[in-house]
Amino acid sequence: MMSNHGNRITQGQFSYLPDLTDEQISAQIRYALKNKWALGIEYTDDPHPRNTYWEMFGNPMFDLKDPAGILIEINNCRKTFPNYYIRVTAFDSTAGWETPRMSYIVNRPKKEPGFGVARTEGPGRQISYRVHSYATDKPEGERY
Amino acid sequence: MSNATEDPPAAAVEINLEAEFAASNIQEVFDKLERELVGLVPVKTRIREIAAMLLVERLRKRLGLTTETPTLHMSFTGNPGTGKTTVALRMADILHRLGYIRQGHLVSVTRDDLVGQYIGHTAPKTKEVVKRAMGGVLFIDEAYYLYRPENERDYGQEAIEILLQVMENNRDDLVVILAGYADRMESFFHSNPGFRSRIAHHVDFPDYGRDELLAIGKLMLDRQNYRLSPGAETAFGAYIERRMKRPHFANARSVRNALDRARLRQANRLFAAMGQPLSRDALMTIEEQDIRASRVFLGAPKDKGAA
Repeated sequence: MMSNHGNRITQGQFSYLPDLTDEQISAQIRYALKNKWALGIEYTDDPHPRNTYWEMFGNPMFDLKDPAGILIEINNCRKTFPNYYIRVTAFDSTAGWETPRMSYIVNRPKKEPGFGVARTEGPGRQISYRVHSYATDKPEGERY
Repeated sequence: MSNATEDPPAAAVEINLEAEFAASNIQEVFDKLERELVGLVPVKTRIREIAAMLLVERLRKRLGLTTETPTLHMSFTGNPGTGKTTVALRMADILHRLGYIRQGHLVSVTRDDLVGQYIGHTAPKTKEVVKRAMGGVLFIDEAYYLYRPENERDYGQEAIEILLQVMENNRDDLVVILAGYADRMESFFHSNPGFRSRIAHHVDFPDYGRDELLAIGKLMLDRQNYRLSPGAETAFGAYIERRMKRPHFANARSVRNALDRARLRQANRLFAAMGQPLSRDALMTIEEQDIRASRVFLGAPKDKGAA
């Protein structure tokens, strides 16, 4: 049974939609900037849903006022890591929030092999299940 | 280009330049410019021309007459204290109101902010600044320092190359304004012809006359809730005349410094007269003696930036 055609991972916002165009990304960035959230770019090649800490690409951009500057950084990151997952996060620093308010994928590998279920037998016929990403069979940096 | 030859959209839409002008609130900016900037006629004329051009451009776009975005990179040349930075700040506001730039902020930098200290340091530094200026105005003060012909391994060249590229490729995203003294900017453009051709507007800031400087001084005091007594006003006029003849005269900046020192003396005078009741008026007024005490009136041409 294939419930997710093409094995596209679905994390963060808009991940069930087709890939965002640069204009759409700019519009989302504009929204974040309007709310005074700081934008950051992160990348990873481990697609597991519980992998929440991605590598940061450069510093968080607290001082940029216009989407064009951030789009330049995104394109830089795409050029450096064309076959990685890249996401944009918008961090809200107001007291009480202090957390990312937006997060969406802006780049994904050309071929995503997807996930399988791995079973581990425990004592007394107990079985524990785990989600296993085929990509992580290979070492970091060679996965996609 | 191809669109220009097509028929205009249905029933020749009523073009109302006046309404468009009123809607842009640009008159407000002009008034403020007129109120707060004394003299500078060629500069104001150029700003009006640019504003008119952008307004017409906007109308043309609405009627489907496609045109290329006009280049608005500028170079401001003039002596120290002639208001280059002040006008650059206004420029950001004007361009923002006309919808040419998206955010309307000004990023003011000098060579230090663009050029790195070792190999490979310059490009990221310059790009960082450019990114910060996106959607606004990038103001490069004393731009000629970027190019140092005496040192052929100078990293300034690298910054220049990146800037040239940005000025060409990101024309819609930011406006670059270079500023500096006229003669040195001239030689800078001479050795970097790429810059000259990418800059559409060369604006020259003339020196101020005596009356203009007096008006500027009064404007500055007014903003700080001070005023000159009638005696002080004539004294200040005489002061400006003498100061203009001295070396290191920096137009409005010299006036500001002179007034700062006059305020110092006024405070000192009030302090010396302790014990007597002070009126609100006395706190606001700068008297003749506060101005006359300046070293400029001593006649001795022993100059040290003039006190």
